[in-house]
Amino acid sequence: MQLFNFIADAIGELLRGSKRYWIWIALLAALFAQGVFFYIHQMQTGLVVTGMSDQVSWGFYISNFAFFVGIGAAAVLLVIPAYIFRRKDFKHVVLLGEGLAVAAVLVAMLFVLVDLGRPERAWHFLPYFGRFNFPSSILAWDVLVLNGYLMLNAAILFFVLFKHYRDREPQSKLYFVFVVLAMFWAISIHTVTAFMFSSNPARSMWHTSLLAPRFIASAFASGPALIIITLSVIRKNTRYLIKQGVIDTLALIMTVAMQINLFFVGAELFTDFYNEDTHAASIRYLFLGLEGVGKLQPWIWSAILMNVVALTILMIHPLRRNPKTLIIACVLGFLGIWIEKGMGLVVPGFIPTTLGEVFEYFPTSIELAIAIGIWSFGMLAFTLLAKIIIGVELGQLRFSKPEPRSLSD
Amino acid sequence: MSEKKVKKTRADDRNSGISRRSFMQGVGAVGAVTAAAAVAASTPAWGGQSMRDAFGSFFQDQYKKMTPEEIEAALARIERKAKRRFGVDIKCANTPPIPGVVFGYAINISKCKGYRDCVYACVEENNLGRDSQMQYIRVLEMDQGTRKLENSEHYYDPEEVPREGKYYMPVQCMQCDNPPCVKACPVEATWQEPDGIVVIDYDWCIGCRMCMSACPYWARHFNWTTPEVPAEELNPVTHYLGNRPRPKGVTEKCHFCIQRTRKGRLPACAEACPNGARIFGNLLDPDSEIRYVLENKSVFRLKEDLGTEPKFWYFAD
Repeated sequence: MQLFNFIADAIGELLRGSKRYWIWIALLAALFAQGVFFYIHQMQTGLVVTGMSDQVSWGFYISNFAFFVGIGAAAVLLVIPAYIFRRKDFKHVVLLGEGLAVAAVLVAMLFVLVDLGRPERAWHFLPYFGRFNFPSSILAWDVLVLNGYLMLNAAILFFVLFKHYRDREPQSKLYFVFVVLAMFWAISIHTVTAFMFSSNPARSMWHTSLLAPRFIASAFASGPALIIITLSVIRKNTRYLIKQGVIDTLALIMTVAMQINLFFVGAELFTDFYNEDTHAASIRYLFLGLEGVGKLQPWIWSAILMNVVALTILMIHPLRRNPKTLIIACVLGFLGIWIEKGMGLVVPGFIPTTLGEVFEYFPTSIELAIAIGIWSFGMLAFTLLAKIIIGVELGQLRFSKPEPRSLSD
Repeated sequence: MSEKKVKKTRADDRNSGISRRSFMQGVGAVGAVTAAAAVAASTPAWGGQSMRDAFGSFFQDQYKKMTPEEIEAALARIERKAKRRFGVDIKCANTPPIPGVVFGYAINISKCKGYRDCVYACVEENNLGRDSQMQYIRVLEMDQGTRKLENSEHYYDPEEVPREGKYYMPVQCMQCDNPPCVKACPVEATWQEPDGIVVIDYDWCIGCRMCMSACPYWARHFNWTTPEVPAEELNPVTHYLGNRPRPKGVTEKCHFCIQRTRKGRLPACAEACPNGARIFGNLLDPDSEIRYVLENKSVFRLKEDLGTEPKFWYFAD
């Protein structure tokens, strides 16, 4: 019964909002609907409506998938300080981090779904009914860890919110066990996602043991960037108190992670170019072009530039502590890594092909529209989750005595 | 046209015989009504198949998990579907592997002249999408003096082949003994058969393309849209794991012409080669030509360093 009240109150909370709230919701819903429209078109015609080909068989969708798994994993950077170091200021925002993880993992999963040639056969993944190639296939691992991470975060989020709703504090040991499990799980989802690429000796650009560490490093730079931006927006638009200490610590984590990430990029460039062999062809294509073509060059160079500028801002203390310049660094770092780890990693892995053919890829407007739809869905999911979280945490959503009529049944 | 009109036309027919005009009207109207009423039977609402077949395909189990009865039902569905889609009576078989046979292939690159007869024979034999221009075999035009794939020309189109200073190297699925594609597939839609052929269950593949990333030989191809074959060019002799018509959204690849080779015939590419460059046979038979080549020629395999153990060799005289 309390659960029913919680759900009803939560829905009530979602239906209460300023004009700006409704405009934001309507905008996201419209963009999502547009994505659905183009996705239906893609389902009817086939993936031929994308820019992908036999040569470059993964593109914008899988690029975004890889990136958003990282964002989901980075929520752990709020969880660890809150639960292991018992930072009160982090504990205050940790639920928002879990909400962000849920939204990011949903986005990642949707990007895989729209990339499937036969989405209606997704049930083939199910144990017993389907045939799950576990533990052989890394994608099977990924399906497992992503679903597990989604359920862990959703369950922890719901459990804590429901407790707070009833004016209680979650204290059970089991809950703590799940929180710790979720921390390790966060690292695992991004590691497995990196392994999806690095496990292929056929694609020499991906086939490096540095890939998983690079994924974690770049996730711990882009994740805090997005969290800082999000918390700043929440601080500006709601009464919810976000302590400066949280932002400061996140900015510091982002600084170190970005340093490590750029070091990794440099190490790869050195290894590839000092004694350049055929395995370096993909990197050459990405940065310098190959056989007269190189559509990704402006992308990767702007990504490197954005990351370097972001890091410079972050490393100069007054600039990092200034909210305005910090936001600039976050936006640049987020976009830089989105390119570097997305299009900058997935696409050149296919160029040249395993038979040495150079064939380029660029996303079509249909791919973009579908991607915009998925991003909007993610932002919508997070907005709604955040609204409930803030409502509960501010004490606006509280269980009051059951109404008389519900006592009768 | 309305229901009313149909009735009137029928009444006219009874009363005054059938005028051509009213007959045609009647046909049109009845057609429209029937179509509207019987959507479930045979209209594109179910992707050009009956509701029963659509459900049957949807819930169809993975090939290796199906009972013999379920496989029979699946084969019948494939034949009905082809009839509806192409108007052609195809025969979809499920010929099992021959005991004591593991297939292997060897190509004599000094005999290959780059004619691409193998490519075209394969397209016709295996019902490859003509509009999508999918080809299982890619003949690479290589520079003399190097085996560097990056230097190869994929789309060579001179007046006359072979060209001076070039040699030709056809590449197709190597039917690896340690196939990375099989390992990569998350739903076991692809596996190695006892006769060594790596096959795909097109009805089970989800189209994630993990296998395409994993393959070092660019052997796997994806149906980005429904592959179209002119009805009159459709090869009606098909196999479940081979050349039966494929849907969109799934991966496919060379399967050593499973519909032919399991009946003791040569693959279409081997038969088509006018230069006798292609040697195909049973690796377990010590008297086979392929065994002679392996034992007496200096053979090499592509990308052996990747540990894929291809059952596809190259040699030169």
